[in-house]
Amino acid sequence: MTALTDPPKESFRLSMLINDTRYRSLTFQAIALLVLISAVAYLASNLMANLAAAGLNISYDFLGDPAGYDINQTLIGYTSQSAHLQAAWVGILNTLLVAFLACITATILGVFAGVMRLSNNWLVRKLMSGYVEIFRNIPVLIWILIIYAIMTVSLPAPNAFRGDSPESTMLLDSFAFTNRGIYIPSPIWGAGSIVVVLTFVASIIGVFAYRRYAKKLLFSTGKLLPMGWPSLAILFVPTILMFFIMGQPITLDYPELKGFNFRGGLKIGAPLIALWVALSVYTGAFIAENVRAGILAVSKGQTEAAAALGLRPGRIMNLVVLPQALRVIIPPLISQYLNITKNSSLAIAVGYADITATLGGITLNQTGRAIECVLLLMLFYLVISLGISAIMNTYNNAVKLKER
Amino acid sequence: MKKSVFLGALTVAGLAAGVAAAGTQDDVKARGKLNCGVTTGLVGFAAPDANGVWQGFDVSVCRAVAAAVLGDANAVEFVPTTGKTRFTALASGEIDMLARNTTWTFSRDVDLKFEFVGINYYDGQGFMVPKALGVSSAKELDGATVCIQTGTTTELNLADFFRKNNISYEPVPVETNAEGQQQYLAGACDTYTTDASGLAATRAAFENPADHVILPEIVSKEPLGPLVRHGDNEWADTVRWTLNALIAAEELGVTSANVGEMSMEAGSSPEVNRLLGTEGNLGEMLGLDADWAKKAIMAGGNYGELFEKNIGENTPIGLARGLNAQWTDGGLLYTPPFR
Repeated sequence: MTALTDPPKESFRLSMLINDTRYRSLTFQAIALLVLISAVAYLASNLMANLAAAGLNISYDFLGDPAGYDINQTLIGYTSQSAHLQAAWVGILNTLLVAFLACITATILGVFAGVMRLSNNWLVRKLMSGYVEIFRNIPVLIWILIIYAIMTVSLPAPNAFRGDSPESTMLLDSFAFTNRGIYIPSPIWGAGSIVVVLTFVASIIGVFAYRRYAKKLLFSTGKLLPMGWPSLAILFVPTILMFFIMGQPITLDYPELKGFNFRGGLKIGAPLIALWVALSVYTGAFIAENVRAGILAVSKGQTEAAAALGLRPGRIMNLVVLPQALRVIIPPLISQYLNITKNSSLAIAVGYADITATLGGITLNQTGRAIECVLLLMLFYLVISLGISAIMNTYNNAVKLKER
Repeated sequence: MKKSVFLGALTVAGLAAGVAAAGTQDDVKARGKLNCGVTTGLVGFAAPDANGVWQGFDVSVCRAVAAAVLGDANAVEFVPTTGKTRFTALASGEIDMLARNTTWTFSRDVDLKFEFVGINYYDGQGFMVPKALGVSSAKELDGATVCIQTGTTTELNLADFFRKNNISYEPVPVETNAEGQQQYLAGACDTYTTDASGLAATRAAFENPADHVILPEIVSKEPLGPLVRHGDNEWADTVRWTLNALIAAEELGVTSANVGEMSMEAGSSPEVNRLLGTEGNLGEMLGLDADWAKKAIMAGGNYGELFEKNIGENTPIGLARGLNAQWTDGGLLYTPPFR
């Protein structure tokens, strides 16, 4: 009787690390890792040694010291006596604000331009390719400076609004366009305004619920409910009703020319506008190309088949082509969002107080802690970029073609 | 040193490169050129002229040092720096010295590890407004928009001044003086603030200087002077005593016109003799030629001549000597004795 046994286990020899393909890649990776670690360690120790020789050290104590400088746009409380850390937070929020705004407008602009570039209308097509080629091929810094320069030169200074017969007047007595920014009325939240706001939030949820229901109905019964006007109605009617029921708790604070500047209302500063618009139009041109590529990736037969079913061109785009194009569009779109966030660091060119301007600019300069500040900046941008990437990839997984 | 250069290229700040080098003076001599940090352009203090040659009061300090060390006032590589980049440039060894309207402050001297070698201009922060605005005092600037160069001491003084007077303002940060001037003229800010000398220099470059007034308030002390890295005392001595030589020369009546003659042979004044190297060995102590001070003075003149030529009352900038007169004339300029 014979028993089947495993072949004798080959004993491990050191030479197999090089000769055996099973181990070879691991060997090289381990060597590469070791080299990398020692290179980084060498640089770090060299840095430390040189800092010590210069009598300097790495310390983050300065973050708690009063910053001493003022910032022209703050979303959170800040005075010149606040700590450098608070100034950094102000900068972080400003970065996120402009990145968020620019991502939205760039997407809208990009999708519009990308679709229009494939239009059958010669003029529209050429206009859009002109837009894409011009904006994509000129550096974003130049666009930021151009838009800022146009704003400061072409719009009037606040003192043009002064006097009995001023050179400029406010639009509808509530909007002032000046070279320092746009002043608009801001809401004053009175008692009971929270109810109105909650109603509005509930309405937004309601709109989504309605659209979901309509879609479900369409898929199960083939009955198409109207989408446009009911959505708008759900969005606004309850809120407006609640606004009057609560006795109009939200009033507006109008900007008024007082002293040197407009006071009151909400100011959207010229640097923010310049940065926002420049990032939007610049990145919009790239997104337009992504969208165009995505649409071209959908077979023409799909369009023809949809048309044969009697769908209108708008519906074909919305229901057939774009959903399939999204899986091609979204991955590069993630890169564009990252680009917007990173390019917002050019803010200092127009004096916008983003993180690079506060922590990486004034704080660095006033404290002289260059290495510490730059390390923090790198950490911030890394966290933000990875965050955006994670969120967008989750979305991508949700919309990508499901293979069953 | 090799180690440091490698690091400097690879780290973001490159802060430590060059620090390990012991003798900046030897480096400068070996290189045959002085790397001197100046502003990116402030007429009168440091700006290239129509021929692209750097001219100005701060530039003259660089030239005097180059003349003293290398014997050639033109052996200078001018490195334009902004308020933001100047300290990194100096700390990393990109420049040997900084002569750039830089205010001597405690933290820069102590915490940033720099060595201010003296003061070549006693200044204070002022405000400039268009005459049409009808403002006569800085305290009337409540709510104004202020153009301010970022990363400067003036930025901190500005915040202090408005806080102290309990009035508000809105800063418009700019990077360079040219940018500040452009924003101010475009009306993007109501007032421009920087050192009063800088305001005068900026205003002189305007098309209609008379349309703008510099408000009477001087809200801070701004002692401006050249600086070097901490820890290289020989080099600091060379720059310090070159500056002192220019100031002493004016006090002792040595000018670019008569320095040649006075240095031919020992004269009747022992201090002039020691300064010009006809007596004693002060040059040798610095590791320089005996006639180092003579070369420095020949480069552009003594302190008074430089002042008159670049920023004095007969120039478009039109600054009075004021605090910057010799101590014998009631000013603050006072050098330690050359002995």
